[in-house]
Amino acid sequence: MLARTITHALVGLDARSVEVEAHLEDGVPAFAIVGLPDRACQEAKQRVRSGIASAELMWPGRRLTVNLAPAELRKEGSGFDLPIALAVLAASRQVTEESLRGHAAVGELALDGRIRPVTGVLAAAEGAKEQGLSRLFCAAASAPEAALAGIEPVPLHHLAEAASYLRGEWHPEPFDELDELPAPEGLPDLADVRGQERARRALELAAAGGHNLLLAGPPGTGKTMLARRLPGILPPLTREEALEVTRIHSVAGLLPPGRPLVTAPPFRAPHHTASAPAIVGGGSGPRPGEASLAHRGVLFLDELAEFPRPTLEALRQPLEDGVISIARVEGKAVFPARFQLVATMNLCPCGAKGDPAAECSCSTQRLAAYRDKLSRALLDRFDLLVTVPRPRALELAAAPSEASELVRERVVAARERVRERRPHRTGAADELLSRAVERLPLSARGRARVARVSATVAALAGAEAVEPEHLAEALSFRTPNELAAA
Amino acid sequence: MSAAAVESIGAVRKLRRRELPELLRQIHDPPPTLFLRGGADVEVLWRPAVAIVGARACSTYGAQVARMLGRELAASGLVVVSGLARGVDGEAHRGALDAGGVTVAVLGCGIDRDYPAAHTELARRICERGLVVSEYEPGVEPAPWRFPARNRIIAGLTAATVIVEARERSGALITADFALEDGREVFAVPGEITSMLSTGTNRLLRQGATPLTSTEDVLELFGLSPGQRPPAPTLSIVAAKLIERLADGAVSADELARATELEPGPLAVGLAELELAGLVAEAEGRYRVVMPPG
Repeated sequence: MLARTITHALVGLDARSVEVEAHLEDGVPAFAIVGLPDRACQEAKQRVRSGIASAELMWPGRRLTVNLAPAELRKEGSGFDLPIALAVLAASRQVTEESLRGHAAVGELALDGRIRPVTGVLAAAEGAKEQGLSRLFCAAASAPEAALAGIEPVPLHHLAEAASYLRGEWHPEPFDELDELPAPEGLPDLADVRGQERARRALELAAAGGHNLLLAGPPGTGKTMLARRLPGILPPLTREEALEVTRIHSVAGLLPPGRPLVTAPPFRAPHHTASAPAIVGGGSGPRPGEASLAHRGVLFLDELAEFPRPTLEALRQPLEDGVISIARVEGKAVFPARFQLVATMNLCPCGAKGDPAAECSCSTQRLAAYRDKLSRALLDRFDLLVTVPRPRALELAAAPSEASELVRERVVAARERVRERRPHRTGAADELLSRAVERLPLSARGRARVARVSATVAALAGAEAVEPEHLAEALSFRTPNELAAA
Repeated sequence: MSAAAVESIGAVRKLRRRELPELLRQIHDPPPTLFLRGGADVEVLWRPAVAIVGARACSTYGAQVARMLGRELAASGLVVVSGLARGVDGEAHRGALDAGGVTVAVLGCGIDRDYPAAHTELARRICERGLVVSEYEPGVEPAPWRFPARNRIIAGLTAATVIVEARERSGALITADFALEDGREVFAVPGEITSMLSTGTNRLLRQGATPLTSTEDVLELFGLSPGQRPPAPTLSIVAAKLIERLADGAVSADELARATELEPGPLAVGLAELELAGLVAEAEGRYRVVMPPG
């Protein structure tokens, strides 16, 4: 006796359809899973057996073989528990195979028969939808996430519910479907930053133009505090973007319970001891790295120069193309990684440089090594570079400054303006730019960066064209000489 | 000097003791030979020259002063002599090159050794119009005990030595001692009394060195007037206001904005104007005057 269910295995963010075949035959009672299951998938045997027993269903005391097809695709994780259990129930004629038609399933079984949520439900649901299936069995907690794909979920708390549903004896309770995007909340506010007008301005420009930003300066000047406030002034994610971000976070198992959709631009801050695969993604069944988790948001590298050079170089591809592709035997996994890079660095290894109250004790060799770490190619990715000096005491005592909400309104308006019509340089601004290239150490790439930023300055100001004053401000955020002369 | 005074062995040119420039022959212990590398005629060693030396780990201020001095002195026709070290030395050479002037680097190792390695490109540029010289045979490795001896040649080639930033026991002070022994003029750039980097120069001043307050102080010694210095640019009202404020010391852009109550746009225009005119430079988040206007 044979029965089939459909589930989905993930390669990267890609859902590949997997047919779960359960076959019962006479012989010594046994249970085998074939079709390249990994360890977690292999252990489904124990969970499925106990789960079926706990649901007061019958475990077929015969020879049972479960095949996961296509056999050459590696099957990872515990999401196969539920489809295997359903296939077994159908093969042993406890539910009809017809009732399973049009359904996909994904979920982990507890020994007492409860259904537990798994990672990557959104991607799996999208795969099912694409395949023309209309309903998806999943854990009740995963139902809102599955519904985002436009498929009708069958939210389950327990395996017994699945059996009753398939026999037409029970209908799932309706769940809270997400009609509109909830507003992001809990993001740190710019109002907390006293003084530092120039750095705040750089942050606003970065948000309005999607520019990468490097904050340099001695420790304790609020560089990290400023960077953490960038997501709060970015435009909220569109539904499309929110889905992209959610898909990645779901696969990584990072969705907070009860919040199926990520609506705030993500902020990821990997530590500098993180490995290159942890940052760009990797593993045998490729998993998204920090760069992909920061998709449509901010990747924050605190102490940029402390990161190993290979890690930084690995970031150049996503910075260029907005995607990370990882080649594996099963094929290529492509993760989107269109993030905004924000980094901080001290001006020297000891951190005292640029601080009038301290004396730098770094040797020239150490200084040179510190700067060599940041290749020209990487520094070239930062459109905006601002040196954050130590604020004076009276600055810190100043009144709270503008709140993120007000800044965000300007950012959103500027982005719309740029989308409609990108401001062009006036003749006078062009002349100033040429003069700057002549007089300052400004490379061809540096020139292009200044031009880009000046368009953002003009858009923020609501100007029709890029005037000299916009260009001059863009110039003031160029790579400073002490870094350029490395 | 005539080309006959120059002996060629392969590509290496050298001067024997009796062929050395007058000033260098006068010192207590002139080198037996001076090896030369570079495109310039040896004649440049006879031209009026000034040495600019100082700390390797100099401050931004020191680097900017060294560069400005190198640029302005070279523009007035003086040959700028220094030691190709990091920090002040390198900046002085660069300043002279900026002005399209002639500069001479004196090494403490063979002239074919690029030391420090980071200055390989700088040495190549110096060789285009100037010279790299050394008393050591080509191939001699750099060694710390050779550098003080090298300093006597730096002092010996020049009529005046300018010290830009030196710690209490800096090699630049050895150059100053040589210059004083040989009866040459010594200038010291005054620094903040609280800065470690100024202890050496300020002690020199206390002992009677001439304080260097502007390029003219050096030019006067040579009977020169400020040469091809560009005429003082006419500044906009905003720029004039900014430079007046900056004359009191380096400040951050935020502090400038508060002090002048300018909007970011006009402030940026003013600062860009001053930067492009070469009057003001930004370093470590603070703007400072690098060349007084007019």
